Amino acid sequence: MKNKGKGKVQEVGKKTGIFLNRRKKTLLLVGFAAAYLTAALLAGFWISPKSYGVDYSAKFLPPCAAHPFGTDDMGRDMFFRSIKGLSNSIAIGVVASAASSAIALAFGVTAAVKGGLADRFVNWCVDLCMGIPHLILLILISFMMGRGQKGVMAAVALTHWPELTRLVRAEVLQIRSAQYVQASYRMGKTRLWVAWRHMVPQVLPVYLIGVILLFPHAIMHEAAVTFLGFGFPAEVPAIGVILSESMKHIAAGNWWLAAFPGLLLLLAVMLFDVAGESLKRLLNPNSGNE
Amino acid sequence: MQEEIAGGRLEARNIQFRYQKGSPWILKGVSIKIEAGERVALVGPSGYGKSTLARILAGYEMPLQGEVLWNGQPLPRAGYCPVQMVSQHPERAVNPRWKMEKTLRECWEPDGEFLQKMGIEEAWMKRWPIELSGGELQRFCIARVLGPKTKFLVCDEITTMLDVITQAQIWQVILQETKRRGMGLLVITHNLALADKVCNKVVGLPEINRF
Repeated sequence: MKNKGKGKVQEVGKKTGIFLNRRKKTLLLVGFAAAYLTAALLAGFWISPKSYGVDYSAKFLPPCAAHPFGTDDMGRDMFFRSIKGLSNSIAIGVVASAASSAIALAFGVTAAVKGGLADRFVNWCVDLCMGIPHLILLILISFMMGRGQKGVMAAVALTHWPELTRLVRAEVLQIRSAQYVQASYRMGKTRLWVAWRHMVPQVLPVYLIGVILLFPHAIMHEAAVTFLGFGFPAEVPAIGVILSESMKHIAAGNWWLAAFPGLLLLLAVMLFDVAGESLKRLLNPNSGNE
Repeated sequence: MQEEIAGGRLEARNIQFRYQKGSPWILKGVSIKIEAGERVALVGPSGYGKSTLARILAGYEMPLQGEVLWNGQPLPRAGYCPVQMVSQHPERAVNPRWKMEKTLRECWEPDGEFLQKMGIEEAWMKRWPIELSGGELQRFCIARVLGPKTKFLVCDEITTMLDVITQAQIWQVILQETKRRGMGLLVITHNLALADKVCNKVVGLPEINRF
């Protein structure tokens, strides 16, 4: 793998050289994304509320050594608040993706395998959910559940399954009618054997990538709902709350209130997106060896 | 190779088939009987239901009316089907995520001599289907279903995409195997010369009123 000197010549001729390269890059990226998110998540649990406590003697300090991200109108340290906020957002993202992907898997597989009425019902649910603008649905559910953490969590968890459901359904439908699957049945293989050897290896990567790509959506929507005031209450440090508060002061030139928390969120979302996309290319047999 | 048991008689009685309710009939009142060791070519224009009949005979589709009998019994729905089919599109008939080795050994263990006869090279075994050509893949598809439990082979345009030399090579192996084991053979083809060369009998599907 590590052949810097003679690598150039071999890479052209040998497929494995390129294969490992893409794979290594992807693994590095996924590792980095995972490390960033775990670090942010864990840091959030360790940060004591005191570190971003109110201190009226230090209002609106621009970024400096003591406060890398500056302070806000109540003298709270923005660095620790942002990290804590990101941690909250990631926690929501994890719960929401887990719930949404479980719903999607159950619905998608049922629709594809049972067909008929079950398929129509699932498709109807998908259309219903996708027909309502996403943000409005989020606000409605969050409002109904009494806002706060519970509201956001329910809203984000219950509205991210339709796309993944469609994906899983299409994937299962396609493989069920694949010639090699039918041939396998005719060669006397049992349903379980075929499902395990032929179907799961086909559907699982698509599903996992779907879950990974769902994650940034969940985080973004959590921030959006909170920004609009239907999520976390104002005293909880959440990226959405921070950004929404910063809007009041941004016209006065306090740019750091919005810039750093916004960048943190952007980095988290983009890391996941890039990691998911490169995993997709790697796991697809048609581009896996490129 | 295992002990050879003589092949059997494949019989279709009064088959009626269409893919969906309200869609045109593909097959109406089709009957065919192929004895063990008999080699029949099925010819006819496109859209006359040749491939559909092949799928029904190999148990991929259930006829709406009529029945497919294997030695007088209905074709088994579970377990290894004695009637196996090789299709026109080898690239669709193999799992793109499996290496060729695994695909080849899905239900029996071909020995080296057999693989050599089929023209399958050892180097192909470790490759993915996407890295092989259509002709190379087709050899795997044929070798995969020529196991000892196969008693009847349905070939649906299996060599249409191959060059003439490869065609000859593949048909020679199939003929040799079917003759040796007394297997029946149904060959669907547009190539009348091939039909004459390989089969003892040529039949066609009649034109029917499809509505």
